[in-house]
Amino acid sequence: MDLILRGVSHGYDRTEVLADISIEIAAKEIVCIIGPSGCGKSTLLRLIGGLEHPKAGEVLMRGEPPSGSLNPLTYVFQDFALLPWRSVEGNISLALEDHRLSAAERSAIIDDVLRRTKLTDFRKALPRQLSGGMKQRVAIARALSVRPAVMLMDEPLSALDSQTRELLMDDLIDLWQREAFTACYVTHNLAEAVRLGHRIVVMSRRPGRIREVVEIDVPLGERMRNLALMEERQRHLWELMREEALAADRELADVG
Amino acid sequence: MSADVEAGSFGRPPEMETVRPVPYRGGGFRPRPVRFVAPLVFAVLIVLWEMGSRSGLISSLVLPAPSEAFEAFRYLAESGLLWQHLSASLYRLILGWTFGSLLGMAVGMSIGLFSLARAGLLPLVSALFPIPKIALLPLFVIWFGIGEGSKVATILFGTFFPTVIATYGGVDNVDRALIRMGQSFGLSWWSILRKIIIPGALPAILSGCRISASIAIILLVAAEMIGAEYGVGAYILTAGSLMATDQLIAGVALLSAMGLAVGWLIGRAEAVLLRWRG
Ligand SMILES: Nc1ncnc2c1ncn2[C@@H]1O[C@H](COP(=O)(O)OP(=O)(O)OP(=O)(O)O)[C@@H](O)[C@H]1O
Ligand SMILES: [Mg+2]
Repeated sequence: MDLILRGVSHGYDRTEVLADISIEIAAKEIVCIIGPSGCGKSTLLRLIGGLEHPKAGEVLMRGEPPSGSLNPLTYVFQDFALLPWRSVEGNISLALEDHRLSAAERSAIIDDVLRRTKLTDFRKALPRQLSGGMKQRVAIARALSVRPAVMLMDEPLSALDSQTRELLMDDLIDLWQREAFTACYVTHNLAEAVRLGHRIVVMSRRPGRIREVVEIDVPLGERMRNLALMEERQRHLWELMREEALAADRELADVG
Repeated sequence: MSADVEAGSFGRPPEMETVRPVPYRGGGFRPRPVRFVAPLVFAVLIVLWEMGSRSGLISSLVLPAPSEAFEAFRYLAESGLLWQHLSASLYRLILGWTFGSLLGMAVGMSIGLFSLARAGLLPLVSALFPIPKIALLPLFVIWFGIGEGSKVATILFGTFFPTVIATYGGVDNVDRALIRMGQSFGLSWWSILRKIIIPGALPAILSGCRISASIAIILLVAAEMIGAEYGVGAYILTAGSLMATDQLIAGVALLSAMGLAVGWLIGRAEAVLLRWRG
């Protein structure tokens, strides 16, 4: 299933947040979105997932979600959004309980996603007993359990320390290589973007427009062996971002 | 030592300086449970009081000795009246508190969930909450009869309002991010209510129960002011009008014990239902 955004614009009260965004996200592709703070990345993700209506333009799906997909558009949140009163298993089960599944099917799905995210030993643990990295792995397991057509990830690694972030990035690449998923991945971290993104959408400051789309045609698994190229792409992205950030800063200074 | 640090040092050799531990400034602000202190405080107070009465320091007209109050209590227990008073009061208390709390939770939930309920009911609740229910007792007698009805109603109304306020406050404080998560997984409205909102509001609801249970016991005495033959409140009021201070103290101690028992029960409920808080 592909996602198509056509001329999407959005705003709140008098502030215009997004202006004329058009992109396509193809199946099995990871599209990273970067842009200065406040440019509307989270808003864009809420529009894509149908949590809000755009003021103008449309968000479309093309083709059928993979068979057995319980929740085609599934989020992974920056703050994990785990229920503190449910165990790891219970948090994953929450996403499945509203679907017609037998207890055996449900527990088979839970087993599978826990194994894929290396959480099998923590099945009964409560969120407060887990480290930040493990909490985010639970959230990823929960997202995988509903077999999403597209994963919408809003800075999923931003709340974690850099070592944990590295490990989880490897985990995500591993998951993708075993079973390719589609993702729209918002981040502030350029290194994350060049490690995980097939395409990287650079947004301008508010009102957010698409400034440039950078394609990285190195397979995910080979990027660590092409550090020079990655470094160069990252520098290019930083140049683009820097101009936007500086301009945003200057605007604030003018207002003040 | 790095060159930077050496260049910046003040030339005095480090051996010359005296060495001392960093002063400790942490700790405190975190009371821990200490066993046996509470019973000890009670025991010491009662012993002092008894000694004061025996030595004549406290006149028995002002305050009867604990032993006299205990004597009154024993008479109550042996005559079988204790159970009659207690059962009449517990019946009113349980009925009034249960229905007051259930209704309060239902109304509080709808104020927390629906704009129309909030707009319509919240001002009403704010207007009626501060009215002392004791003042309405004569009206309750007219509306619900001089029998059990008016007594249960007093307790019911008294516990209803604090429960409404605790419940809607709890619903308001449920993490919006969790609700958004539930919606993003396509959970039904009922599932979000049952699995996210109610458990999220439960800590606030339970502390509301603690308050409403105390209010129920306070109102018991008022409710039994008119037309009650039995009941702990009625017993205390009769003792008071006869200046039988030993019986009065015995009855008050009984109320206090009821409060402790209810508090303990709610504490148990919290320990079980909110185990996840750790
Ligand atoms: N519900 C809302 N009501 C009003 N304004 C909003 C709302 N949500 C977002 N905004 C505004 O829209 C703009 C974009 O917000 P958004 O959260 O999408 O930015 P972002 O790119 O995700 O920023 P960050 O990188 O800091 O996460 C901000 O200026 C914000 O103040
Ligand atoms: Mg954001």
